[in-house]
Amino acid sequence: MPDQLTPVLTRRWQSPRSWSIGTYEELEGYQALRHALTAQPDQLIQLVKDSGLRGRGGAGFPTGMKWGFIPQGATGPGAKPKYLVINADEGEPGTCKDIPTMMADPHSLIEGCIITSFAIRANFCAIYIRGEALHPIRRVRNAVNEAYAMGYLGKDILGSGFDLDIVVHAGAGAYICGEETALLDSLEGRRGQPRLKPPFPATSGLYASPTVVNNVETIASVPAIVLGGSDWFREMGSEKSPGPKIYSVSGHVEKPGQYEAPLGITLRQLLELAGGMKGGVPLKFWTPGGSSTPLFTAEHLDVPLDFEGAAAAGSMLGTTAVQVFNETVSVPWAVMKWTEFYKHESCGKCTPCREGTYWLAQILERMVHGEGTPEDVETMLDICDNILGRAFCALGDGATSPITSAIKYFRQEFLDLCAAQPAAPVEPAGAMA
Amino acid sequence: MTLTQDSGTDTTPVPEGHVRLTIDDRVVDAPKGELLIRTCERLGIIVPRFCDHPLLDPAGACRQCLVEVEMGGRPMPKPQASCTMTVADGMVVRTQHTSPVADKAQQGVMELLLINHPLDCPICDKGGECPLQNQAMTNGRTESRFIEAKRTFLKPLPISTQVLLDRERCVLCQRCTRFSEQIAGDPFIELLERGSDQQIGVAADKPFQSYFSGNTIQICPVGALTSDAYRFRSRPFDLVSTPGVSEHDSGGAAIRIDTRRGTVLRRLAGNDPEVNEEWIDDRTRFAFRYLSSAGRITRPMVRGADGVLAETSWTEALTAAAEGLTAAREGGIGVLAGGRLTVEDAYAYAKFARVAAGTNDVDFRARPNSAEELDFLAAHVVGQGPEVLSYTRLEAAPAVLCVALEPEEEAPVVFLRLRKAAQKHGQKVFHLGQWTTPAVERTSPETGVASPAAKNNLIPAVPGAEAAVLADLPAHVLEALTGGGVILVGERAAEVPGLYSAVSALAARTGATVGWVPRRAGDRGALEAGAVPTLLPGGRPVADAAARAEVEQAWGLAAGSLPATPGRDTDEILAAAAMGELAALVVGGLDPADLADPAAALAGLREVGFLVSLELHTSAVTELADVVLPVAPDAQRSGSYLNWEGRVRPFGPALDPNGVLPDCRVLDTLAVEMDVDLFTQTPAAAAGELTRLGVRSGTAPAAPAVAASAPQRPGFGQAVLASWRQLVDDGSLSVDEPALAGTARRPVARLNAATAERLGLTEGAPATVRTERGAITLPVALADLPDGVVWLPGNSGESRVRAVLGAGHGDLVGVTA
Amino acid sequence: MTDVFDDLTRQRSKEIIAQYPQSRSALLPLLHLVQSVEGFVSQGGIRFCADELELTTAEVSAVATFYTMYKRTPCGEHIVSVCTNTLCAVLGGDDIYQRLSDKLGVGHEETAGEPGTTGSITLEHAECLAACDLAPVLQVNYEFYDNQSVESAETLVDALQRGEKPHPTRGAPLTDFKTVELELAGIFPDLEHSVEGQSTAPETMRGAALASDRGWLAPAMPDSAPAFPELPEKK
Ligand SMILES: Cc1cc2nc3c(=O)[nH]c(=O)nc-3n(C[C@H](O)[C@H](O)[C@H](O)COP(=O)(O)O)c2cc1C
Ligand code: SF4
Ligand code: FES
Repeated sequence: MPDQLTPVLTRRWQSPRSWSIGTYEELEGYQALRHALTAQPDQLIQLVKDSGLRGRGGAGFPTGMKWGFIPQGATGPGAKPKYLVINADEGEPGTCKDIPTMMADPHSLIEGCIITSFAIRANFCAIYIRGEALHPIRRVRNAVNEAYAMGYLGKDILGSGFDLDIVVHAGAGAYICGEETALLDSLEGRRGQPRLKPPFPATSGLYASPTVVNNVETIASVPAIVLGGSDWFREMGSEKSPGPKIYSVSGHVEKPGQYEAPLGITLRQLLELAGGMKGGVPLKFWTPGGSSTPLFTAEHLDVPLDFEGAAAAGSMLGTTAVQVFNETVSVPWAVMKWTEFYKHESCGKCTPCREGTYWLAQILERMVHGEGTPEDVETMLDICDNILGRAFCALGDGATSPITSAIKYFRQEFLDLCAAQPAAPVEPAGAMA
Repeated sequence: MTLTQDSGTDTTPVPEGHVRLTIDDRVVDAPKGELLIRTCERLGIIVPRFCDHPLLDPAGACRQCLVEVEMGGRPMPKPQASCTMTVADGMVVRTQHTSPVADKAQQGVMELLLINHPLDCPICDKGGECPLQNQAMTNGRTESRFIEAKRTFLKPLPISTQVLLDRERCVLCQRCTRFSEQIAGDPFIELLERGSDQQIGVAADKPFQSYFSGNTIQICPVGALTSDAYRFRSRPFDLVSTPGVSEHDSGGAAIRIDTRRGTVLRRLAGNDPEVNEEWIDDRTRFAFRYLSSAGRITRPMVRGADGVLAETSWTEALTAAAEGLTAAREGGIGVLAGGRLTVEDAYAYAKFARVAAGTNDVDFRARPNSAEELDFLAAHVVGQGPEVLSYTRLEAAPAVLCVALEPEEEAPVVFLRLRKAAQKHGQKVFHLGQWTTPAVERTSPETGVASPAAKNNLIPAVPGAEAAVLADLPAHVLEALTGGGVILVGERAAEVPGLYSAVSALAARTGATVGWVPRRAGDRGALEAGAVPTLLPGGRPVADAAARAEVEQAWGLAAGSLPATPGRDTDEILAAAAMGELAALVVGGLDPADLADPAAALAGLREVGFLVSLELHTSAVTELADVVLPVAPDAQRSGSYLNWEGRVRPFGPALDPNGVLPDCRVLDTLAVEMDVDLFTQTPAAAAGELTRLGVRSGTAPAAPAVAASAPQRPGFGQAVLASWRQLVDDGSLSVDEPALAGTARRPVARLNAATAERLGLTEGAPATVRTERGAITLPVALADLPDGVVWLPGNSGESRVRAVLGAGHGDLVGVTA
Repeated sequence: MTDVFDDLTRQRSKEIIAQYPQSRSALLPLLHLVQSVEGFVSQGGIRFCADELELTTAEVSAVATFYTMYKRTPCGEHIVSVCTNTLCAVLGGDDIYQRLSDKLGVGHEETAGEPGTTGSITLEHAECLAACDLAPVLQVNYEFYDNQSVESAETLVDALQRGEKPHPTRGAPLTDFKTVELELAGIFPDLEHSVEGQSTAPETMRGAALASDRGWLAPAMPDSAPAFPELPEKK
């Protein structure tokens, strides 16, 4: 059994000037790259497949398999240029792991990008960072500059004959650009609206060429896998969800923060590490992986937080953004706030999400103002049913998660709110905890 | 694409390239790659939809078309958009008819679409033909659960002088924006804002000025886009629809004409996959008020002894005309048919000239022309049909070279095909021209490449040097044309001596197929009908005795009675008239200002002893005519055009044809008055005879071999003029359409920066282009023309090039600030 | 119309475009560049981008209006973004936003003071800023001010209005909106210095610190990197 916390990605964060190439190199930095360049690219893909690494951006797709989809060869689709695009648009409410990673240890991302590009035979990589993350943009850009200066980027990297350019690209404020195809459209200078799939990015991504899109944490994990091997990586986590993962614990806990643990840790354990509930006020509800993952309650303290565990309990692992809310928080109010978020961030492309979130937000606002009716609760469930699986992309699905899960666990609270009408509007939280 | 109804036929082999699937319990074979929604359609199962359009790339945006799908025995977890999913072997599909899930999904989407839709069906133009209204009736809920605040917008927003936008009605299907981007290549209308604020709009500084904007109105599935010309004029159920053919250009586009109580209220694109698919340009759509313009002539007129034209009866007018012409026979009669005739009318002119006037002095070319052109047409064009070159073949060609043809301005439907081919099949479209026009840009290889220079599909030539440039094309162009290439040549080739010959030579060298794309709808048919001085109907050479004999026999004429010497062309006929070498002229639709030398043309018309004019509108010709005979517009007659492909495009009357006569009937009656029978009383009779005549036998005559001309060299303060006409300009059929006129491209004088500097001109400031005849002043716009060249639009506003300057493409002009 | 986009801006625009395999990819950076010059995206700015990238102004407008960081009206010297997403809101973000709004007398995306002048502030409420462990957070010119309270936010805004530039809790010394927009365009006149600064809050390092306190480690890696896997035979 590994220890409760297993700093791999976070192991350099406490070092002075951890973001500089000097510190990085002192702590094994760019050794994985040197080793990787001795491999055949396909061996790297195989290694990552063997490691069982799954995407850290929310969906948990097996990373090695994704890389393997990139067509290779001198003719046909394999002859097109290939691209690596890093998804650093971190915007899922509650999620705050990629930004600290890029702040504190940007070189692990850059080294991962170089190895990944070598593996998939890409010569151009774009790191798409949400625009509001200004300092991480500086740090990553600086790391790229340093890597060029050291010969880790540019032409003939370390004499391997491999060329790679990385561009650091700032977004401009749109949560939907975290969805990988919307991100690609945005990176092509368009409105960030999702694309039809198929064709998938692996065959027709950036500039209609084969493209891998991976999350920051996913790619930052690659150097360690190269150095440690797949067996080492699998010592952490479970068979289907191996490796360490950064859990971002926020909200009503004593010590919110980033906790890197093997996949499968439970909220009970995390709360313990985070000093317990703030002021001892009991837990009411929490998200296992961002607001798009259905809520959990105190019933779920022992659900193993890996891909399988969260799903089996009726939610999703998502981005391991554990937002913890105590008893003082009104569920309908919280759901209203989230729904306003989805309404604001809906890209507008498809009817169910665009119109549905517009409608749901108004119902919830009315309800929170004390003018809801029990029928509204049923109407909301039906609207959600008309969005879930009917929308063009997963944003629409995600928008229904807080509502349906909240009604599932806290229906009475919604009904009480309606019964009490005409009542004074609810306070978001009682005693400011 | 077979349909089988019972699963008993399951054992029949699936045809090559097909898959077999089940939709609503019916087994169907569908071609691989077909979209589910189309397969359903073929089965008669209509899945509701908004964003789907068969000619646009699938979007899957509205989510109205959801169906349940089972693949390999496993149901897919969520309903699928049938407009984006392609058929697969063994797929089992359940639409709203057999799946409660699909039905609920569709109802859910419909309800969501309606929450923000205004309840203004009773005043909406689309009411009665609205997919949203229809689908809401059949699939929607009866009562709305939505009690919150609806989204509201200021309405309506004029996004051009022609198109209005009601954002409240819009369902954001993006058909309009996708059409504009994908098909027209005019992304001037776009999605703005995000989420529930998302809306269609234009940039603050640029209206929706696209020649194809009207198509967006037609494909809008709700009443969000309406036309200024039609808005609030009628309800769809009050309209009578008649299929028609565009009279505005040689494309032959199918249209639909909607009339109510004797008036044309609107025109729509017809659906003809072989020709215009479902698109037309705005002139074809919106320019029809010429039918009712103040200048329309409805009564025959005869010039009295007082010199004044006065309305009179048909009998009197025809008698006067016949008397005048009969008297002029001795002195010679010239026949100028004009380029807007149907095949039947053109045939009547051709026959009238030979039989009633006894002459080969007949020409349809109401524009600059040459003998070289006639030789070229005889060698390459006459008698050819779509089996040689059609839209479909054009689209499939690996490379196309446009010569003396600005396709978007002069043949918009051809332009759309070229753009489609360039976009979808990577067709290389080259343009021999003077500057990178919007059409050159939009038929260039896929945009977005890092360097704009990579587009490189303009082959620049100084006006007059085109033939020489063709003879010396870059190797990559020659290579592209070799092996299935196409050369499209426009009528303006006649303005450059040697150019038609150079096209001929290039075709011989590369094996490319030649297509002739004249600007007017009637040119191609008139050629076939023999309304030219050197050819009888069916391309029979006048000079060929056997050919003449064929025609004499068919026409029931005595052997040897047809005139044997080739006649004079348009310019020669008018010159002869001016010199008194012709005693009378019979003139169809012709504007002297369109000819190479308008002043000379006017002189001919003025000087000729007797002038008969067959016209729709008062014109420069009717002003001078001794007898004016009104003719029927297309809307009130039947007939057919031959489009540039050589395809017959028949049409019938959309309005009551009583009281107006087509040219062929007028000529027939006139001939009778002159004691001659034409047998062209009706278009059908004329068409029947022409068909029986068939085309010439034997090999095509030799192609012309006129030496390439050298371009003029501009002296100090001079430039070589380049010019062609814009689609929306001051053409005679575009009168009384202010909304359309508002979308015209602004007339400017174009030159390159170096030339502008040399001439002391600055961008945006006026430049004056002059000859000894007159001057045109327009604002300067810089473009990539060759040095020493200035471009002017042919007939836009002040820029009436031939009329004012008496000069044309390739001539030297003075240019000053 | 006088052209506010000088030669340096055009030069920068070319540099940005040159970074990408296809020019249109430079549109988002160019819109940031426009904001670095104008403090918002004007019609002139839209035309500038359209000209640089051979797009129509409608295409550029479509993009500019999609993203919340492109502002339609001139912004203040600073832009203050208060996270009011659920978690920050419940921990005080809503109150902070409300107080600042009352205090400045402006609503969402409105500017207190003459835009562009010292101490002028554009206020907005923001969606989740990916700093939830430091909630409630706000940003000034996209620099993080963590663990705010109504009082601290008010003090911060007072200082900004006085023309002071209190140091962010994480990130580089505070500059102004136009300056950071240049960085977002990808032009870093002074990266060597601006990259410095506090990067990690105690919250960020809590897990790592706790692990070192308790001596917890990830499993040890092999001494030398293991050999790469054999590739399966190609069929
Ligand atoms: C609405 C929406 C927002 C998303 N936001 C992000 C994000 O901010 N960062 C991210 O890495 N993935 C995000 N994703 C997931 C991506 O689409 C994609 O699955 C991921 O980037 C793939 O990388 P991975 O395999 O390394 O996880 C989002 C998905 C959706 C539907
Ligand atoms: S679900 Fe539809 S509207 Fe919502 S973000 Fe995705 S594509 Fe856009
Ligand atoms: S018609 Fe299929 S999604 Fe719109």
